[in-house]
Amino acid sequence: MGQFGLIAYGSYLPFQAISRQAIFDQIGWIQGGLKAYAKGKRSYADWDEDAVTLAVAAARQLLTTADATKVQQLSFASTTAPFLDRSNAGIVAAALDLADHTHCHDSSGSQRAALAPLVAACQNQSDGLLIAAGEKKPVQPANVMEMLAGDAGAAILTGSDNVIAELIATQSVRSDFVDHYRTAESGTDYVLEERWVREEGIAKIASPLIATILQENNLSVDDIDHFILPVAYPSHARAIARICGIKEGAVADALFTDCGFSGVAHPLLMLNDCLDRAAPGSLILLTGFGQGMDAILLRTTEHISDYQASITVQSFMSHLRIEDNYPRFLASNGQFHPDWGMRAERDNRTAQTVAFDKSRDIYGLVGGFCTSCETPQFPKARRCVNPDCNALDTQQDYRFADIPATVKSFTEDWMAFNRNPPLIYGNISFEGGGNMFIEMTGFAPGDIAIGDKVEMDFRIKDIDDKRGFHRYFWKAASKRQM
Amino acid sequence: MAEGIKDKVAIIGMGCSKFGERWDARPEDLITEAFEEALADAKIEKNSIDAAWFGVFYDEQNVGKSAYPLSQYLRLPNIPVTRVENLCATGTESLRGAVYAVAAGACDIALAVGCEKLKDTGFAGLPERTKGTFEDLYQPGFTPPGAFAQLGAAYAHKFGMDMADLKKAMAHVSWKSHENGFLNPKAHLRKKLTIEQILNAPPVAFPLGVFDCCGVSDGASCAIVARPEIAKELVGENFVTVKSMQLSPSNGVEMGHQSWDGAGTITTRKASERAYAEAGISNPREDISMTEVHDCFSITELVLMEDLWLSEDGMAPKDILDGRFDADGDIPCQIDGGLKCFGHPVGASGLRMTYEIYLQLLGRANDRQLKDPKFGLAHNLGGIPNRNVAAVSIFGMNE
Repeated sequence: MGQFGLIAYGSYLPFQAISRQAIFDQIGWIQGGLKAYAKGKRSYADWDEDAVTLAVAAARQLLTTADATKVQQLSFASTTAPFLDRSNAGIVAAALDLADHTHCHDSSGSQRAALAPLVAACQNQSDGLLIAAGEKKPVQPANVMEMLAGDAGAAILTGSDNVIAELIATQSVRSDFVDHYRTAESGTDYVLEERWVREEGIAKIASPLIATILQENNLSVDDIDHFILPVAYPSHARAIARICGIKEGAVADALFTDCGFSGVAHPLLMLNDCLDRAAPGSLILLTGFGQGMDAILLRTTEHISDYQASITVQSFMSHLRIEDNYPRFLASNGQFHPDWGMRAERDNRTAQTVAFDKSRDIYGLVGGFCTSCETPQFPKARRCVNPDCNALDTQQDYRFADIPATVKSFTEDWMAFNRNPPLIYGNISFEGGGNMFIEMTGFAPGDIAIGDKVEMDFRIKDIDDKRGFHRYFWKAASKRQM
Repeated sequence: MAEGIKDKVAIIGMGCSKFGERWDARPEDLITEAFEEALADAKIEKNSIDAAWFGVFYDEQNVGKSAYPLSQYLRLPNIPVTRVENLCATGTESLRGAVYAVAAGACDIALAVGCEKLKDTGFAGLPERTKGTFEDLYQPGFTPPGAFAQLGAAYAHKFGMDMADLKKAMAHVSWKSHENGFLNPKAHLRKKLTIEQILNAPPVAFPLGVFDCCGVSDGASCAIVARPEIAKELVGENFVTVKSMQLSPSNGVEMGHQSWDGAGTITTRKASERAYAEAGISNPREDISMTEVHDCFSITELVLMEDLWLSEDGMAPKDILDGRFDADGDIPCQIDGGLKCFGHPVGASGLRMTYEIYLQLLGRANDRQLKDPKFGLAHNLGGIPNRNVAAVSIFGMNE
């Protein structure tokens, strides 16, 4: 049996973050005690992003370094999945244009939802498992989670070829310890007392579990190079490490200062941040806390030196655009309900018959490529759009999702309905051919110009408030300057 | 090319309601206002009309579907009435139906009516609507100003213009139309503006400000057309005839092919080429005396001057600033005030443009009267630059 472990990973942070001081400035009169957290910034997803789109974005980062045909299973992990009864993983798979035979499942129910499929894969040595996690935690104004949380996506892929981090062992323990909870009715987290969570919960659950997994693998705490404890409070990891005897230098950055706690995605995001910098042969103890704990031991291989994530977690964090407009932040999370104007009354009922028939066009951004004149075009049509061709039924599938484009025309529309005005849209030209009239994202007003580079992002297109549905499509996103 | 319709159809009467915020008028009132004017102008009996075409765009927010509202309002004697809709070219489409019926010999006298009650929709600007079950899944949630504003960015880029300079030319477009509309008792907005007011207006969709956008109003307009022989019986030799009517819809190139640069309208170029040919006009810059074009936004009128071959490519801003399209310029544009001052009750606009040309050709335009106009051109652009229908019609006196 050869090595088994992780062969690729990808991370994703939204374009923007809000400074915690800006939050505190607005809610400090309610919860003065939150001043302790009024430092740094927390990432937040735009109104048109959710756990699915964050997971898609992270998985697409991963797929810049791995062939999509290696994916045999897709596990979408989140506690903030948009659909309770519709495969969210199915949406992710469609956006990634994965093969039809890909086994897709949703993993949810606790903050360990992303580690559960990894534990199973480790035990079963399952090649080709893509775990794509996304979390956009709904936070109530003035709740501590508004300060602590951050929105992000993270993805990993298992395999046996060119393993960058070998999966050595896993160990789990269950405990119905309720550090926080959220129900469909409550909508946002109810958070219990911090010290009780740390001392009676995490510490007492983690200590024996960590001791056991190290002992069973003939390792000691001194062998741990990276200790990953993804929990919301930034000071907990160091405290738990001290209790367990893990050296302080091994404690992985909780990403509090520049991102915040991204829930189900956070174990993978912290792991990815480690992998971005880890030397070959490093021992990583990855844990996940939530009604018990998972502990997973990994060791980086020599291939980690050659692996280059397209964008590192640190790079994502250092390029966040800082937003200080608190109502705008609230609106992105559905916590602010202004009068958006009459244009918001448009009925966005989706014709599901059409959406299914055209699902590969819409979710996969698959257009046509005319085999007669070699013109890419969207949408795919019976007759070629090239005025000098117009050939009938000559088009092959052509995926635009990963093709760079440039802005050909644009506007910043202050009249159109958008939960983050202005609505920016225009024509874009794809490298190699193809033109689309499309909504844009990631540009601040006044920032966009003709000729700007854009790349395609999978986003929520419209929300159907009447029927509790929303539909997805792609937007032309400002190319991140890293 | 086909023989065409040049001089095969006469316009024997026209009417136009007062455009504006007609809170007190229903479509029946607006249509009656326009129709009774046209009927009196034509000096015919209502029952001598053989068939009618009725242009309405927002049917659900206006008169409902079908053609019978027109038949009902005018108590037409159960003659054929056809309801037409083709975006902002709807009014012109109703006229084209009537004109083609007469040219074909199917009718001796035909009626075209267009009407829209936009102020009943409750919107500033045009109301939201579906773009189609598939298109809604991927088309941006654009507004008309945002979709047309694209022309501004693309035009400035194509010709290497500074946006501030382009904005000055755009402001002149709006300034000129307000100067003209001020003189027109039927216009909605009869107020002069300064260039500074226009340039400093609140933004709507970059680079358009509020005064780069046409008004939103209610209105109806109407034409009665007939065989030239009938016109001669009614008024002698001095009547207006249709020289050409051409329509060009997009075929998807703008949306999906890189050959379009986004700085103009392909369809207007095609429709106007055909319209000039049908009318026998080889040099439009010399022969066209006036235009009523689809100035839904200032940038639209600017690029249309090139698309209609009235300015060299890249020269429209200079021609505009030089006053070439002002009331005292070589080819006055929107001498009635245009969409800018009339607003754009969609179904009525094409016929409203024709109405002004009709008045000008007959010398009845009072304070706005131009000196000896020979040919007048009306242009509509329905939809958005990415996907539209362009209608170009040319009118002149009987030859």
